[in-house]
Amino acid sequence: MEKFIRLTSPVACLPDRDIDTDIIFPARFLLITEKTGLGRYAFYEKRRDGEIERPDFPLQTGRCGILLAGDNFGCGSSREQAVWALLDLGVRCIIAPSFGEIFQANCYRNGLLPITLSETSWSALRAIGDLTVDLEAGRISGAGLEPIAFEVPDWRRDALLNGWDEVLTLLHSQGDKITAFETARRAEAPWLFEKD
Amino acid sequence: MTAPQTLYEKLWRSHVIGEDDEGVSLLYIDRHLLHEVSTPQAFAGLRAKGLHVRRPASHLAVADHAVPTRSHSRISNPRAAAQIALLESNALSRKIPYIPLEDERQGIVHIIGPELGFTQPGLTIVCGDSHTATHGAFGALAFGIGASDCETVLATNTLRQTRSRTLSVRIRGELPDGVAAKDLILAIIGQLGASGGVGHVIEYCGSTVESLSMAARMTLCNMTIEAGSRTGLIAPDDTTFAWLEGRPYTPRGVDWERALDDWRLLPGDPEARFDRSIEIDAAALAPQVTWGTSPDQVLPITGCVPSPENASDEVSRQKMEGALRYMGLTGGMSLQDIAIDTVFIGSCTNGRIEDLRAASSVAAGRRIAKSVTAIVVPGSGQVKRQAEAEGLDRIFREAGFEWREPGCSLCVAMNDDRIEPGQRCASTSNRNFEGRQGPSVRTHLMSPAMAAAAAVTGHLTDVRALLD
Repeated sequence: MEKFIRLTSPVACLPDRDIDTDIIFPARFLLITEKTGLGRYAFYEKRRDGEIERPDFPLQTGRCGILLAGDNFGCGSSREQAVWALLDLGVRCIIAPSFGEIFQANCYRNGLLPITLSETSWSALRAIGDLTVDLEAGRISGAGLEPIAFEVPDWRRDALLNGWDEVLTLLHSQGDKITAFETARRAEAPWLFEKD
Repeated sequence: MTAPQTLYEKLWRSHVIGEDDEGVSLLYIDRHLLHEVSTPQAFAGLRAKGLHVRRPASHLAVADHAVPTRSHSRISNPRAAAQIALLESNALSRKIPYIPLEDERQGIVHIIGPELGFTQPGLTIVCGDSHTATHGAFGALAFGIGASDCETVLATNTLRQTRSRTLSVRIRGELPDGVAAKDLILAIIGQLGASGGVGHVIEYCGSTVESLSMAARMTLCNMTIEAGSRTGLIAPDDTTFAWLEGRPYTPRGVDWERALDDWRLLPGDPEARFDRSIEIDAAALAPQVTWGTSPDQVLPITGCVPSPENASDEVSRQKMEGALRYMGLTGGMSLQDIAIDTVFIGSCTNGRIEDLRAASSVAAGRRIAKSVTAIVVPGSGQVKRQAEAEGLDRIFREAGFEWREPGCSLCVAMNDDRIEPGQRCASTSNRNFEGRQGPSVRTHLMSPAMAAAAAVTGHLTDVRALLD
């Protein structure tokens, strides 16, 4: 996973509430089994008028690394393609009053920082041009902006700062504990386990 | 003596392998359902890191999303065929049990998991699908995850999680005739809002829930994610145990007795406290339909499309206006005046035998409206065979419905079942999102009986007027 430490970038804004993952990544593109190159399908309908791409759509490829999104962003389907598509557009940080929970977890797993901010702090960011998001300091700053503090759970923060892979982290640090738990569980509920 | 615990707390504590200083727990995951959409990238991750599947028998794989429902033997879309073939080869090469398309057990993951007894009380169950909440109907801690977490579960049978807050939805009163579990959950989502449950696990309880069938309980838990909660739970009871007994994965003999002893301890303690609580009077409910593009935009069928000028705040007004524009509706019009083009009966929400019985009882002896195309898609091979044994397929066909093979079908526009842009569908599925059933398609969510009523009249209809 790519590290996230600090990012200064122009900001795109999609303020509507309840933008679901079907809007972010329409279902008909889910037949694709790769996770790269999905940006062209992101917001496929919203980015177009019929077949013509709207030049005024706030999220254009490679332009904005930070997305200011409305309440409950990424609600609905668990499709991680929504995160991969946003990453492919160059988005590395999303700031919203709240997120769909599965989407938010998927963001963390891919080096995309999802920041939850109060509506008031969120609104203060709308008028600012470029923003700097500093994960190490837990702070958002910009020209003319009183720096805003944000919080990320320590384990998520450490993984983002170091680019750690969750699976390898668990296997290295928890392998013995998992085996011990499994042995006890097998004794309690043998029917849940395969025969040796 | 330990403090009184909710069902959720019991499920959580029994699966904690370890906890860090911040309260982040490593949870053991007992079971994992796999489908073709959310797992190719997980297997690719395992390959790239040279990892093996820790416990192949704790997983179960089946294709459902991309499956054509006209015939399982011919997949015309090469991408769909490749995706399904990839699931099969990934599963078989890792010794994960796989149910092929031609197998009579094939069906939608959330229907076959319970049917096979793979879903049991007291388990942690995950799947790369947000409707995994369905399995909470059995008193299992079940939630949807993304593909990266699927990879973690394949390799470790664990996930790091933080504990959710608890929300109890206490339901009392008898459901009136013509009002089903789908109406109940739509009304609950309407009350909570699409993000009302974020950060919470919902526990459905009360006398109404205790009297519901397992099918109705699954419908209730299934749409929990539409209120923002990943998990919906119902305490297991004799209804649950009777339903599970004798299924392929269900324990037998001494193990069955041991399991029952464990399962009877799962319901929350009477004194247990929830972070939030709401109450619903089921007896006061009318059949529900959605009018907008979010499942919380829902009203009783007796109502009118809302007018944006009456919205409580600016954000709601904008959301409402956007929804009405997409849906091609005007504020103030009667919901029952909305004409429909397509009817879809099926999905993990309403593709069970009880759902098909409810719809067929409305369709029996009637014909669908001339302007309407209507399809019935059983949720699994087992549901299909049962329906055919009861003659439901004949009732549907005689009424003008198409009778299909199992799959996700029109719930998600990624298989051969399509609706033309601009058309309007009365659907028993779970999401009325923009584009969910295809670009520019307009979806109204409702119960199976309500969808059948819309099919025969050609417009949204109060099914109670058609009941004998």
